Amino acid sequence: MTTTPTTHLTDTQTQALLLKLTVLADDEIILAHRDGEWTGHAPILEEDIALANIAQDELGHAGLYLSLAQTLGGSDPDRVAFWRGPDDYRNTRLVELPKGDWAFTMVRQFLYDTAEALWLEAATRSTYAPLAEIAAKAVREEKFHVQHTALWVERLALGTPESERRTQAALTELWPHAAQLFQPVEGEAELTAAGILPDLNAVHARWTDLVTRHLVDKCGLTLPDAPTTQPGRDTHTHHLAPLLEEMQSVARQHPDAEVW
Amino acid sequence: MSITDMGMVRDVTVSDAGRVTVTFTPTFSGCPALHVIRDSIEQAVRDLGVTDVEVRSTLTPPWTTDWIGDDARERLRQYGIAPPAPTGEGQLIQLDAEPTRCPRCGSLNVRMTASFGPTLCKRMYVCDNCREPFEAFKSV
Repeated sequence: MTTTPTTHLTDTQTQALLLKLTVLADDEIILAHRDGEWTGHAPILEEDIALANIAQDELGHAGLYLSLAQTLGGSDPDRVAFWRGPDDYRNTRLVELPKGDWAFTMVRQFLYDTAEALWLEAATRSTYAPLAEIAAKAVREEKFHVQHTALWVERLALGTPESERRTQAALTELWPHAAQLFQPVEGEAELTAAGILPDLNAVHARWTDLVTRHLVDKCGLTLPDAPTTQPGRDTHTHHLAPLLEEMQSVARQHPDAEVW
Repeated sequence: MSITDMGMVRDVTVSDAGRVTVTFTPTFSGCPALHVIRDSIEQAVRDLGVTDVEVRSTLTPPWTTDWIGDDARERLRQYGIAPPAPTGEGQLIQLDAEPTRCPRCGSLNVRMTASFGPTLCKRMYVCDNCREPFEAFKSV
């Protein structure tokens, strides 16, 4: 594997990579929280446990990204997670929307997991060794998420008229938001040119092909029209602020605690 | 089962000055036991009379269930947990799970009842041959 030691990143590259690691972590943290909202409420106990497992993995990935960001000059991961407000979070709107019904949760998780798995798979070839190592670790875990959510989407889409209606409604609402996962951050082009980050357009094309084969060819769902231009990651819905308020409440009440 | 049985300890070095460095790799990145494992490693080395201990974690190469030794696999099976199948070179996106045997009767006639289990590294099955419900290690 070709490696580019940290010291070889230019200042511009370091800043762009810091931002990229933060947006990746933000998506993981917010989605994990939404998944966690099903704990004690999922349709059956096994799914309660499954979604909690998935959320735990996503938080693990956020920890990996933020720990790497810290070596590049970023703040302590707990500070980043618990002490930033909605104006500073850079997650996609896809992950902050309320959890909705089970079909909404599974379709969102499927769209996200496939995007994450394909991005990570490409990132294992990063010329920046610390990122390639993280990707090699996380992609193994993501494989289980994709298996699980792909099966759920199939089961719901081909289940009863009611489950099909709900699954299609979820896809129709989520599809435009999913495109946001493939918006580059500022300075990303330079990192891609240097082989540090995957080519986001190539990942997007692979993702579109994969999800189309599953959702349309296998599950008989209809993809909505291609989304129009989306606002950036600094634009949130009104759903993010209450989510953060709940997620951060314990940390903010006990700022001197050593471990969460 | 110990962390060495699990293949999690990757390196142990002793410097000329007597400093012991233990390098381990996590099973799953979100494993909540990582802090406990780290502290336990340090304590175990201190219990040997070593005062200068460093515990490092590494992600490379990523942990795989292929590192679980034969002896440990047999103990898992006797305990009632199906050991992991060899990981092989699976595709990134595959919908079929790896074959799993019932730890009680050895049958391959088993059904997955939940693809996630009580811990990140396991999933739930039931054997359609002997009716045993059991946990199985994921192949990672």
